[in-house]
Amino acid sequence: MAKWKLSKSQLRETGQGYLFMSPAILTIVVFLIGPILFALFLAFNRVNLLGDVSFDFVWFDNFTRMANDERALIALKNTAFYVGIVVPVQTILALVLASSLNAGMKGEKWFRVIYFLPTLTSSAVLVMIFMWMYRPDGLINTLLSGVGLPTYNWVNDPSVALISIMIMNIWATAPFFMVIYLAALQDIPDSLYEAAELDGASGIQKFWHVTVPLLRPVTAFAVIMGIIGTFQLFDQSYMFSGGSGGPNNSTLTVVLLIYQYAFSNNQMGYAAALAVALALIILTATLIQRKLQKDEQVY
Amino acid sequence: MRKKINVGKAFLFIFLTIYAVITVIPFIWALSASFKPLNEILSGGLNFIPETFTVDNYITIFTEQGLFPRWLLNSVIVAVIGTALNLVFNSMAGYALARISFPGRTVWFIIVLAVLMIPMQVTMIPNFLILRELGWLNSYQGLIVPGMINATFIFMMRQFFVNFPKEVEEAAAIDGLGRIGTFFRIVMPMAKPALGAQAIFVFMAFWNNFMAPLIIMTDASMYTLPVGLNAFQSDYATYWNYIMAASMVFTLPVLLLYIFFNQFFLKGLSFRGDK
Repeated sequence: MAKWKLSKSQLRETGQGYLFMSPAILTIVVFLIGPILFALFLAFNRVNLLGDVSFDFVWFDNFTRMANDERALIALKNTAFYVGIVVPVQTILALVLASSLNAGMKGEKWFRVIYFLPTLTSSAVLVMIFMWMYRPDGLINTLLSGVGLPTYNWVNDPSVALISIMIMNIWATAPFFMVIYLAALQDIPDSLYEAAELDGASGIQKFWHVTVPLLRPVTAFAVIMGIIGTFQLFDQSYMFSGGSGGPNNSTLTVVLLIYQYAFSNNQMGYAAALAVALALIILTATLIQRKLQKDEQVY
Repeated sequence: MRKKINVGKAFLFIFLTIYAVITVIPFIWALSASFKPLNEILSGGLNFIPETFTVDNYITIFTEQGLFPRWLLNSVIVAVIGTALNLVFNSMAGYALARISFPGRTVWFIIVLAVLMIPMQVTMIPNFLILRELGWLNSYQGLIVPGMINATFIFMMRQFFVNFPKEVEEAAAIDGLGRIGTFFRIVMPMAKPALGAQAIFVFMAFWNNFMAPLIIMTDASMYTLPVGLNAFQSDYATYWNYIMAASMVFTLPVLLLYIFFNQFFLKGLSFRGDK
């Protein structure tokens, strides 16, 4: 028992430790851990918030309902399509841009400053600028028709609306990953490239056989960050469609659907179940990445 | 041999230049529109230099669009207070996790790491209900308090303080400073580079956040700029001159931060890239 007795200085350390931790602990408990437990509770209940607030325990009803919810399936399909296109394109673009910049280019700093502009800018501002450029008689259609290419109704045609968001977000996000690639590229020792040159490797061969393999851990990081980010697509879909996910559900994403159920349709229980399902998807992706990265430690 | 390399480099330079133009054109186009009268914008011309240069759009959004200055003020209040609290609280927690030995320290460190992985969509619905119970919907504290710490930066500050020279604190102790005095008067001022990176990223996160204010602020006078801008666009869909002027005002503070603190940005990013 004597072991449990803390000396005076230990007691003081403990008090100071918790004093320093107290804002963090309070916020984590009230706004992170508490809500997670609360979300799990909500996911198994039918929740009514209008009039008399009530919670009815409904077992797995909210989860089985997803399989028959046509809009949930559309949202999942849209989100998967979005993730499947945006993640590879933005990652490859980021790698190509970073490698080009790293080739000892004049004005590297200026390119970097310019490329970083979209990362700084709020999603709301980017959406405003693009919605305006995407207008039927806007800048993009004017330029396209000027060089004889077909024009589109970017925002209101269900078959291109999601693609319009993809183009905008690839444009906005690729430079962020480029900066991460650039930092990693600058750590690759020149001697490796010199050795490859002695072996007669061309520029493209060096890129393919030296740069790409050495950057695999960074690529894994960029891919998983990309997956996490793209699965959570909300702001752009919401603003493009005025909150509806339209036209014809073409920009409806999982998070937008969760938002609609929770805050427009008063179905918080079902919305919470969808959120838990989304979190599990994202968590699985994260854990797979952690595992892959551990395997990469040999580098 | 040398010539071949130069051709390759020239090709890369052209590629990078084209991409830079693609990146910068939307911003220049928006900036130029913010100085054009509406009829010039709608005429469909491709001139980047306004034919009729005017600052009326800016004057109008500040004087006649009653809520715009309010949204700007709301954004500034939330972002500035939120950032200040984050700097102090994240550093305190990071310092405790790195330097103070107290029972439960490992557990809390693991919890901080675990919290990093929680997507905000899971907590947003319960948080809405909690804030509703607290009566904090449509209030500044409703946006600030749930975001007043950030697990990423607690972790970053911990890594920073782990490598912090012990001698500095020992010297402070000899001079008779207590732990709290040492932390605020000696340790924090020496943590400036880490705090700089943190300040920029936290400020940007508050400033640009769309979803949290959309959910928490239902009264138009409590909107922050992103939500206000979106509401404005829905109501005045054809007034692109005002929308672009508002967008430029909105972007300027972050742009200035970026220009002045460029080196912190890269530090913060490379930290995030360190997995």
